[in-house]
Formats: sequence, C-alpha cells, structure tokens
Amino acid sequence: MDGSAPARREVVIPGDLLNGHGLKPGSGTFNEGGRIYAARVGIVAEREGFVSVIPLSGRYVPRPGDVIIGKITDLGPSHWLVDINSPYPAPLNAKETPWMVEFGDTDRYLRVGEVILAEVVSVDEAMRVQLSMADRQFGRLTGGQILGVSPAKVPRLIGRDGSMVALIREFTNVRMFVGQNGRIWIDGDPEGVHHAAVVIRMIDESGPAPGLTDAVRAYLEAAYGRRATTPAERDDDGRH
Amino acid sequence: MEDIEHIPKELKLIDEKGIRLDGRRFNELRPIKIEAGVLKKADGSAYMEWGNNKVLAAVYGPREAHPRHLQNPAKALVQCRYNMAPFSVTDRKRPGPDRRSVEISKVISEAFASVVFVEQFPRTSVDIYIEVLQADAGTRCAGLTAASVALADAGIPMRDLVASCASGKIGGVVALDLNKDEDNFGEADCPMAIVPRSGEIVLLQMDGHLTADEFDQAMDLSINAAKQIYELQRDALRRRYASVAEAAEQEAMREPAPSEAPREMPPDLPPEVDDL
Repeated sequence: MDGSAPARREVVIPGDLLNGHGLKPGSGTFNEGGRIYAARVGIVAEREGFVSVIPLSGRYVPRPGDVIIGKITDLGPSHWLVDINSPYPAPLNAKETPWMVEFGDTDRYLRVGEVILAEVVSVDEAMRVQLSMADRQFGRLTGGQILGVSPAKVPRLIGRDGSMVALIREFTNVRMFVGQNGRIWIDGDPEGVHHAAVVIRMIDESGPAPGLTDAVRAYLEAAYGRRATTPAERDDDGRH
Repeated sequence: MEDIEHIPKELKLIDEKGIRLDGRRFNELRPIKIEAGVLKKADGSAYMEWGNNKVLAAVYGPREAHPRHLQNPAKALVQCRYNMAPFSVTDRKRPGPDRRSVEISKVISEAFASVVFVEQFPRTSVDIYIEVLQADAGTRCAGLTAASVALADAGIPMRDLVASCASGKIGGVVALDLNKDEDNFGEADCPMAIVPRSGEIVLLQMDGHLTADEFDQAMDLSINAAKQIYELQRDALRRRYASVAEAAEQEAMREPAPSEAPREMPPDLPPEVDDL
C-alpha cells in the first residue's frame, strides 16, 4: 500500500532471473551458470542469505517439523499408513504414539478412516516420510469437521505468529488445528464453525494481494457485531 | 474426406503480394489467447485459443504414480495424454487414442521431462492432459504451449516455460504457423518447441520435405514466434497471479496517496502496516 513496495511483492514465473547478489539459491529457485532463477510461480523472498520463491500454488510436499492432519488408510501389525495429502504415503510406527501398542493390536488404537494430528519427523532423499504422534499436543481428532485449502495458503491462514488463527478463534470460539498439508480441523458451536469456514474459504480463494487480515476482520466484526480486541498485525508469508 | 469443396482447384496458398488465404504474411502468427487457471479440480490448468484451435490443458500432480511398477525411485514421471474431442474436426473423430495421438503424447511428455525438475519428486508422476476441443492445424503446438502454462500454474518446479510453434512451406514459400488448408495443401509442416531462455530445442518434427536452407528459414521463423508466444504465456500467468497485487500497486502509483489511507478500517484501530 505504500509507494516503496519492497521487491519481494513481485510475482515471478519459472525461468525469471532473480536478483541474488551474494545470496544463495533457496527453495523454489535454481542455479544455472552462476545465476539464480525462479523454478516456480511465486513471490520472491530474501531471508538469511538465501533467495527463495514462496509458492502460490502446488501440492503439499512434506518437510521435517511440519504439523499435519492425516487420515489412516491402512494398518499393519506395528504401523499405520497415513494419507497426508501429499504424493507420498506416510507410515506411522506404533512406537511413535503415546500408547503401548502390542504387536498386532494396532486396530485397537486407530482404525482406517480415523483422523490424526501428527508431526513429520523425517523425510529422506527418496521422500520416505516418518510421522510421530508421541508429543502431548498430537493425537486422534474426533468430532468436528475438516476443511481443505491449498497448501500454499496455509502460511496466510496462520498469519504472522498465528495472528490470523488467533483472530478467527477470538470471534468464533472454535477449536481449530491447521495442518501444513492444507487440512484444517475445526470444532465448536454451529454458528462459530460456519463463520470460521467462511473465513477459511475466503483465505483459500484470496490472491497474493495485501489486505487479507483487514477483510477477515471486517467480515468477523460484521458477523458478530463487535470489534476485534487484538491489534492489527502484519501477516506473514513464512512457514511456521 | 475433409470439407475441401470451398477450395478452388487452382488455389494459390500465398499470392504474388505474399498474402496468405487468411490475410496473413509469411511471418505472421494467428491470433493467440491464453488463460491460466480455468479448472477448479486440477492442480493447474490453462485454456488456449490459437487461430481456430481451442485447447484445454490440465495438470495433476506430483502424485503417486500408478501402476506402482512404473514408479522411478530417482525421479518423477512426466506423463502426457493428448486427446482430440470427437467434435474437434469436421468429420467426427473416432474417440480414443490412435497412432497419431499416442505419438504426440509421447513427444510432448519428453519435451516437458527435460524442463521439469523431476528429481525433486521421486516415485511420483506429473500428469498432463491436453484436450483439443477444436482443431485447425498446429494443435500439438497449441497443446504444448497451454500445458506449459498449466504446469507453471500447478506450481511444478521447472527450468523455464516451453514455447512452441510450427513453420512450413506453402506454394513454394516458407511460412509461419500453417492453418488447416495450408497444412493440407502445402508442401511441409515442421512443428518445434524451445526453452526460450536457453534456446534449447525440446521438440522437433517434420511432415513433408524442406531443403536444408528452407529448414533453416523455418527454424528461424519458429524460434522468433516461440519467443512471442513465450511472452503471451508469461502474461497469462502474471494475470492469473498478480492481477490483484498489480492493481494495488498501480493504484498506489497513480495517486501518491496519503501514506496512511484508511481502507474501510475502524478509525480507532492502529492502521495496518502492510500485510502479505
């Protein structure tokens, strides 16, 4: 909105030369003949000595540390197979759960079709993924509903330091988990769930333009007839 | 077989003044229109009109490759299906893959496999679907050009867009971008696809005969045209992704506005800095 818009707003297309003086090629870029080019459609960001392209579209590709919402698709005697909305199926080993699972007893804990909140522990060269649910914050999700958004929109949905999620929670009072893989679980009273769902759709359909937080705040203030208490904050396009 | 009754016997595909049947000169393209992101369910898509060609391209993936034995543990497969709708030509085209469309699918897959960073997505496939809705010669070029935009729209990492165009020979003259009549009654047609930034050729075919000199001329015409088409592709993608951002920026440029113009914001809240 100010005239001196930083260059990072710029939308790049595969093959665009990036101005990477003294910077290293980050994600979404590649190096050819000592120059850095964009490898995908996105917005240029310079951070910690790297030039990278923040994608505006694309499938979810798992990265270690991502919190994801997965669906059990199959089970073995000591593991479950989890659909994490990516090209790669992810096994969840029975040891990576908070339970003491006996060999062959996996179906007493999680069945096909159930939904879990888990973490991506590791992704190796061959894109073999490992999940973990051992931490306290993770577990099975029961009740509520799941919405899907484009994984590229997840950082906007979270907002800088979770500001967008905080805004949605403040008004709608829903319980909400946002998976990096583009799945969102919400639960609460029907009205809150409805408004949260509308906002999530709004974010999913938004373009790369600024003003999203304003639009969301305006919608929620109109819907609930009261003002937001949290001060306006910057969104972030970084990952959490 | 085709509706050729409207073509007089002693037809000249290009007259003494160098004007072709549809009024173009030897080095002119047909009008081209590209739109990115037209399908909701696909990861990426594009619709293209190139003269009387109408082509829709959809991209899915990277996704788990099926059947499993096709999976490559080191890289992604790029699989393309080029298909002509039964109603795309004057005589009904028998639906389903035929010798021609299988060949076109193969050469287009290979063209894209050389620009996509396939090693970033082992064991997956990137599926490209090209549907020709209306055909008027040059559909493989149109399909490839549209599919390239669809790939970028799908967020698939790649070295560059691929731009494609055909040249041929009509009435003894080397000419760019043949239409149906020129293709049917001309002497040669030579489609090609390039990676504009590096100039690499990723698809090159020829139907008919050209001398070495004529071939060089045809290549020069196609390469120049492909560069024009490349700009149209980039423009389509920018329109898809930057329309809102650019509108906001242009607005800011037009009026060096008060730096804290309130945008439908309650006055008692601190003004939003600048989100994104």
